[in-house]
Amino acid sequence: MEALLAQARMELLLTIRRAEGVLITLVVPAVLLVFFASLGIAPPEYARPVDFLLPGMLALAVMSTGLVSLGIRTAYERSYGVLKRLGSTPLGRGRLLGAKVISVVAVVAAEIALLLAIAAIGYDWRPGGSLLWALLALVLGTATFSSIGLLLAGTLRAETTLAAANGLYLLLLLLGGIVWPVERLPGPLGLVGLLLPSNALAEALRLSLGPQPVAPLPQLFALLLWCAGVLVLASRTFRWE
Amino acid sequence: MNEIAGTRGVRSVPQPDFAAPRVAGQAEAIVVRDLVKRYGERVAVDGLTFTIGRGEIFALLGPNGAGKTTTIEILEGYRTADEGEVRVLGLDPRRDAAELRRRIGVMLQSGGIYPTVTPIEFLDLLSHFYDEAEDPRELIRLVGLEEVARVRYRQLSGGQQRRLALAAALVGKPELLFLDEPTTGMDPQARRLTWSLVSSLRERGITVLLTTHFMEEAERLADRVAIIDHGRLVALATPQELTHSETDEVQFTGPAGLDVTALRSLPSALDAREAQPGRYVIHTKRPADLLSELTTWARDAGVLLVEIRVGHESLEEVFLRLTGHELRE
Repeated sequence: MEALLAQARMELLLTIRRAEGVLITLVVPAVLLVFFASLGIAPPEYARPVDFLLPGMLALAVMSTGLVSLGIRTAYERSYGVLKRLGSTPLGRGRLLGAKVISVVAVVAAEIALLLAIAAIGYDWRPGGSLLWALLALVLGTATFSSIGLLLAGTLRAETTLAAANGLYLLLLLLGGIVWPVERLPGPLGLVGLLLPSNALAEALRLSLGPQPVAPLPQLFALLLWCAGVLVLASRTFRWE
Repeated sequence: MNEIAGTRGVRSVPQPDFAAPRVAGQAEAIVVRDLVKRYGERVAVDGLTFTIGRGEIFALLGPNGAGKTTTIEILEGYRTADEGEVRVLGLDPRRDAAELRRRIGVMLQSGGIYPTVTPIEFLDLLSHFYDEAEDPRELIRLVGLEEVARVRYRQLSGGQQRRLALAAALVGKPELLFLDEPTTGMDPQARRLTWSLVSSLRERGITVLLTTHFMEEAERLADRVAIIDHGRLVALATPQELTHSETDEVQFTGPAGLDVTALRSLPSALDAREAQPGRYVIHTKRPADLLSELTTWARDAGVLLVEIRVGHESLEEVFLRLTGHELRE
């Protein structure tokens, strides 16, 4: 337990020391939320832009922590031989992964708090809907995007992971139902967007946090499929050195 | 470099002695038997056999690509053997990995440390992984990193980074220490510090397996040296046994470009070569005879020889004679 906590503390320290990582995980979702909410850019069926935007930004925060921050950090740790070195200590690989989970959950929680605070203070957003479904969606989403990050980190070179993670992030941000609903994307793009895990997560959050909350079962099922698929792939292909 | 010339000296090194020095009541720290490891077509380790006793400092010496790192990483549990048997502290490095990790210390050949973390932070982290750990501050002092204890790893010099890796290997108070090229990249001062540190581990009864391509390092530190080349054991003995063999060497300085074929044909010469321009090395089993032959030849050839020195072979020369090539290429 002491080893796990010490490693989790180190993981958080490393997250904070990567300045560009802090930018993309904390600042980008917050700035996008403020930008779009202030301009009032949202689909017309939403009376208040924040009701559409906040769930998308929560999903973006999960993506940037799991996919971008965790993925890139782990890829570099692999190339520096740190994963290999720590694997030969009593910490072991299981607790090393456990520490990464703790650090990701802690960062996601901080981001959610920041986004909720901005929405509540700046745009008069009040918690509503079914928080339980939303929480479930966030947990499943965090697991899914962390698995995607680790899949990249465990198979590609560090530089390639850096490019791939940032590229995927941008793609999911634009086409994956984060800042614009996939139904409103032109034809085939909309179909692609519909299948992306970011859309499943954002939609699940919109449905559960909306004024008439609906159990987002199809979206949660889609996330579960993504999560299971990527997790199996990542655990089979992950190389520690 | 100069190719070794003429007939190579008869192998006078004692035959590999696979039994480690016996210490009453203690089992071997490491047993390696008929170890084979292939990477595709390439055979990295080709039937290696040796035993390391508890408390022994044992050096694997060989050029790059000889199979040193592959061997040490099989013992550390990072790789699996294709054939043969290995036991570390009586355990199987793969199956008993969890138990072994508590009892061994590992210094990788490179890397292994977060670039944005300071020495004190990294050692402090590791100290939480072990039931009984060294004090990080004490380790920092031991390896002489006090002044950079709070400087991030990536800003340390190559030698400082290696010393931190060494300190990190010691955190868990290991019974057995694996050091893969511990002093590569160190300046002479840091190297001497490391040598005295490793020597001091002997008093604590820690077993050390180190790889190196520095002859002096093996000679200074190791109780026994295994010379390996192309994944095979070429010789295994104490440094004294390896160097104080029946073969002596005569070195002298003269004009550059002397006729080495003529030197080689001296009756008592086993071989001859120009090690550096103007610096010659001849091996012999009869140094006194060779000296008189050499001076006669020099007088007849009208050549002035200076700084003639007779001595035992250095480990470097032993290596060259046994494998036919230089250690550092």
